[in-house]
Amino acid sequence: MKIKISIDEIQAVKEKAGRIRRLSLKTCHHAGCGHLGGSFSEADILACLYFSQLHIDPSRPALAERDRFILSKGHSTPGYYAALAAAGYFDESVLETFDEAGSPLQGHPDRMKTPGVDMSTGSLGQGLSVGAGMALAGQMKVLDYYVYVLMGDGEIQEGQVWEAVNFAGFRQIRRLIGIVDCNNLQLSAKTLSPAGERTLERRFEAFGWKTLRCSGHEIGELLSTLREARNLAADGPVMVLADTVKGKGVSFMENQIEWHSKIVSDRDYEKARAELEEVYGAQ
Amino acid sequence: MHSKIEIPAIAPRQAFGEVLLELGENRQDLIVLDGDVCTSTRTDMFRDRYPERFIQAGIAEANMAGMAAGLASCGFKPVVSTFAVFLAKRALDQIRVSIAHAELPVILNGAYAGLPTGNSGATHSSVSDMAVMRSMPHMTVLDPADAEDTKAAVRLAMNHDGPVYIRTVRCPVPQIFSEGHTMEFGRSERLLEGDDVAIISSGMMTPKALEAGLALKKQGIGARVIHMGSVKPIDREAVLAAARECGAIVTVENHSVIGGLGGAVSEVVTSQSPCPVRRLGFDDRFLESGNDEILFSRYGMNTENIIEAAKEMYREYSSSK
Repeated sequence: MKIKISIDEIQAVKEKAGRIRRLSLKTCHHAGCGHLGGSFSEADILACLYFSQLHIDPSRPALAERDRFILSKGHSTPGYYAALAAAGYFDESVLETFDEAGSPLQGHPDRMKTPGVDMSTGSLGQGLSVGAGMALAGQMKVLDYYVYVLMGDGEIQEGQVWEAVNFAGFRQIRRLIGIVDCNNLQLSAKTLSPAGERTLERRFEAFGWKTLRCSGHEIGELLSTLREARNLAADGPVMVLADTVKGKGVSFMENQIEWHSKIVSDRDYEKARAELEEVYGAQ
Repeated sequence: MHSKIEIPAIAPRQAFGEVLLELGENRQDLIVLDGDVCTSTRTDMFRDRYPERFIQAGIAEANMAGMAAGLASCGFKPVVSTFAVFLAKRALDQIRVSIAHAELPVILNGAYAGLPTGNSGATHSSVSDMAVMRSMPHMTVLDPADAEDTKAAVRLAMNHDGPVYIRTVRCPVPQIFSEGHTMEFGRSERLLEGDDVAIISSGMMTPKALEAGLALKKQGIGARVIHMGSVKPIDREAVLAAARECGAIVTVENHSVIGGLGGAVSEVVTSQSPCPVRRLGFDDRFLESGNDEILFSRYGMNTENIIEAAKEMYREYSSSK
């Protein structure tokens, strides 16, 4: 039973996804570094979260009742910072300082430096445990906020992820939603995923999680799935498996392993900008 | 402060369990997370009194540390409790990134610190946890001496807005501090006056250091005995004064000679007031199973060894001769 999403909402979120991609590209080009492949694979997920799903007020980033978001795949900061800037946590001009000495926008998220960042991450595999702690805190304080944790499909090779999955499944922690950005590539190889039907689903389900699978790029499907996840998570933990394409949105970056963190040349930048403009229009 | 060493010995782990009960009464934000060792670390008392604020995290230290970070970021004061060796090693990266780098106020109970592990041997004795924690930015490291000092350490950590690592030992330790004793970051306790040689100790070695100091006094050697419960931040002034006024220092710790109290004291004196430092501790080795006191003797860490080391340092280097 799919939850229907209005065309207006889909269009509005899609525009934001375009904005996130353009800003990510600009940020990486300007900085001469950054992880663009993963930023593009997560861009639509972030657009759905920050411009539809998350109950947040960017003018009050420390509000106790706010929903939390943890970028557990902490290297994908260009996309994350672009989403935070687009949501209004800080001015888009700050993106130009990305990765510079003294910048509030560090290579990996730092909760003490960047408004809107709920948790410092970067060493892979740690976000889901922290999210479980945040969700437990909400249950204990009788606050009904939701906690979202975005992980990479390579990241879930870390053992700690499964410690967290086990604990959250055992306790049936409420209002905890994990999302796996399944782009099938990690830094130096194809993702080390065991072959077979529904292997990821079955792994999480065996630990007591509900799972949902959807496109990580079709905004309507993604919004519908995330809304369903929110409903299901009222009773226990939910894992959303989002099928994505690394580098999504720029033809020569899509599914190209080197675009995990390749430097964007001036030529790359112009070509990529033109492609994004074709899809999302000039802005 | 101290009077006599004949007062009955109490296990610091017991005191740790008791002070959590005391603090739990008024501090509704206090949460205890246990890595399935609560009957050994004595956080089972907290579990039984405040079950709604006790989280059995199971045998998954990394996840436990991460959950504590999440709880702390939402306004709770979590105490993460397991054996020091697991906390400082299995959960090290989680403590580094999710707690210390994230600047979250989590109390880390490194239980079964050092040698006394109930005959568990090499895998369970924690010889380098202080070295690991001391080198971590934002981390505070406390190595309290006895039951009252342990309680003081926890009370201090409760009101600190940052991570604190506290070592608690398993075996009974003679009481040298009395009720109402307090601890402060960067403040040491001078237990015995003397200018001939300085003995700087931490943790459960302090009662032995004091005993050694009293024995030396009878032999006409004035040993200044300093308890350095706050290993990081260290009491620099007290260390420098000891270096200047005594000219020779012996450090004593229930820990490796690498990177712990001896390392910290050496770092201070080398930069400002060079002075010979003899470090007593475990000599870069894994420990083994056996009776605590027999093992301490085997590794050269009993009162007699402290007396001998202090005498040698006095004869060789003292500035008061």
